Amino acid sequence: MRREAPQKLTDYGPLVFPAGMLITFFVVPFATMIAVSFFKRNPSGFYTPDFVFENYARFLSLFFGKVLGFSLFLAVTVAICCIVLAVPFTYLLSRAKRRTQVLWLVALLSILSLSEVIIGFAWSTLFSRTAGITNLLVMLGILDQPVALNPSFGAVLTAMTYQALPYTVLVLYPALVRLDPTLTEAARTLGASPIKSFFTVVVPALRNTIVATLIMVFIFALGSYLLPQILGRPQHWTLSVLITDQAIYQSNMPFAAAMAVFLVLVTLGLVALTVIAGRKGEAA
Amino acid sequence: MRDILKTNVSRRAVLGAGVAGASLLAMPAVLRAQDKSLKVGVYGGYFKDSFDKNIFADFTKETGIAVESVAEPTGEAWLVQLEQAAKAGQAPADVSMMSQVAMLKGQSTDLWATLDTAKIPNASNLIDHFVNKYPDGRIAGIGAVAWYITLVTNTDVFKEAPTSWSALWDPANADKLGLLALVSNSFLLEVTAKTHFGGTNALDTEEGLLKAFEKLAEVKPNVRLWYRDEAQFEQSLKSGEIPMGQYYHDVTGLAAADGQPVRSTFPKEGGIMDSGCWALSRASSKVEEAHTFINYMSQPKIQALLSRKVGTAPTVKRDLLDLTAEEFAAVSSDIDPIIPRYDLYTSKADWLNQKWTEMIAG
Repeated sequence: MRREAPQKLTDYGPLVFPAGMLITFFVVPFATMIAVSFFKRNPSGFYTPDFVFENYARFLSLFFGKVLGFSLFLAVTVAICCIVLAVPFTYLLSRAKRRTQVLWLVALLSILSLSEVIIGFAWSTLFSRTAGITNLLVMLGILDQPVALNPSFGAVLTAMTYQALPYTVLVLYPALVRLDPTLTEAARTLGASPIKSFFTVVVPALRNTIVATLIMVFIFALGSYLLPQILGRPQHWTLSVLITDQAIYQSNMPFAAAMAVFLVLVTLGLVALTVIAGRKGEAA
Repeated sequence: MRDILKTNVSRRAVLGAGVAGASLLAMPAVLRAQDKSLKVGVYGGYFKDSFDKNIFADFTKETGIAVESVAEPTGEAWLVQLEQAAKAGQAPADVSMMSQVAMLKGQSTDLWATLDTAKIPNASNLIDHFVNKYPDGRIAGIGAVAWYITLVTNTDVFKEAPTSWSALWDPANADKLGLLALVSNSFLLEVTAKTHFGGTNALDTEEGLLKAFEKLAEVKPNVRLWYRDEAQFEQSLKSGEIPMGQYYHDVTGLAAADGQPVRSTFPKEGGIMDSGCWALSRASSKVEEAHTFINYMSQPKIQALLSRKVGTAPTVKRDLLDLTAEEFAAVSSDIDPIIPRYDLYTSKADWLNQKWTEMIAG
């Protein structure tokens, strides 16, 4: 089947609905947010329409720089953890029996039905001193007494990886299923071990998919604000936590909007860099 | 069926039917306006349910004024709505229960109608600091309910109840505390000032505030959890995971009554007393009804009823109440309370918030 370029205006008809949705639910709210970020904050009231830069100026400080840096670091770490776990897992899954595949996929999908609140509270119980997993280690004689594993960076990282892993697997799965098995067979015939063929054939063949998945998990993790609050100390709070504080508790919408715009710009910048770096790598 | 659908209905008929329908829907409102009625805003959820069940029905019986309760969101969203509506001459609620910071912010735009104490004889029952006044002395609001934040402990971990807020600074309590995460709802600067600097007046100047921040920063190694979500701390307190912290006196009392190993202690420096005011929007036309309502709510017997049924601390003087010593202790204390410096959260809101965030997260 040949795809024809749209000839008449009506050929663009099917685009009207998605475009309308995109404008109503993305473009308009985002434009409003950008506008509000330039409004003037009135500490004893709310805000007044204006065009000032003070909200952005307040953000440009060492403190917020550190918070932004930590948020990006956390999101990148979550993305890398997810990829490191999900690529081998999905590869093995795609080679498994049909029945096994379905069972795993259903289990993973069911994680998606859990809300972030439930995930946070479940992990905080698992990591607690009084009822957590260290009690099992004590029973097994590995530890002398139960210890609390949260709040800590490890707790935040674990829960966020847990939350993002199903998405990672679901994005990687189609690409891995479609991967031609003769590629690895050829590698094996030529004497590569299964592990060597995985790293020299499977991973390079999936390079673009892996980069795309990394970016997706990174952006997904960047928006997290509940898990760092429940499982982390204040130094593990992300920029999203501070945005929520400003918007909901301080009713400082202009500053919250400015922080959010900044976060979006930095994210887009990083994604663009990754894509450009990817193209350069391909060309070389 | 198909025929019916095909029937040609003129545009005018549709419009006419619409107008008729709309006026039919509006009828109850028109009828109700002839009777005496009042729209009262209270925090949605448990609060509104308790007020509907225990208070408003009796009020209507006694005064003939129908109450339509409106669930208002906590925080400042309701203030913003009232403010916007008042500019358009509307009042989504005539009388609303407002937090002290919201009262001050409303004062800055003259949102609250001046209340006439001649029409609220029961206002004289109130403890003085529950009468909210404009800088020029006009009355903006009358204390509705109060509640305490106290020092709470898990009884399994702490056999002896602590006696002072200075327990928060005790190195023996390393990594054992749960404290509220925001400067404007934890009121820990006031606690620091009262415990270490002789009173909340120490916060009058910027130097005083910085000294309090510095002292409060010493608590950080003891804090395991800075919480925004109450359920999170309550659960950890009950299990002993986080055995000490600041929490609401009424809720802790209820948990203890349920057999949970928790206790709430009024430290010798006093519990933190927060409160809500009844305030009348300047856009409301129900001035008479509002005064009747506020007067009714300020009766000692109604305040006692609220303490028994809703668990709030009374805003009227102790000696006027028929609460038993036990009932009074369940909601309040005779120890002089720490009263938050609400003025700071309007005049220095952003500065305080910035310093606070840098202190706990830095």
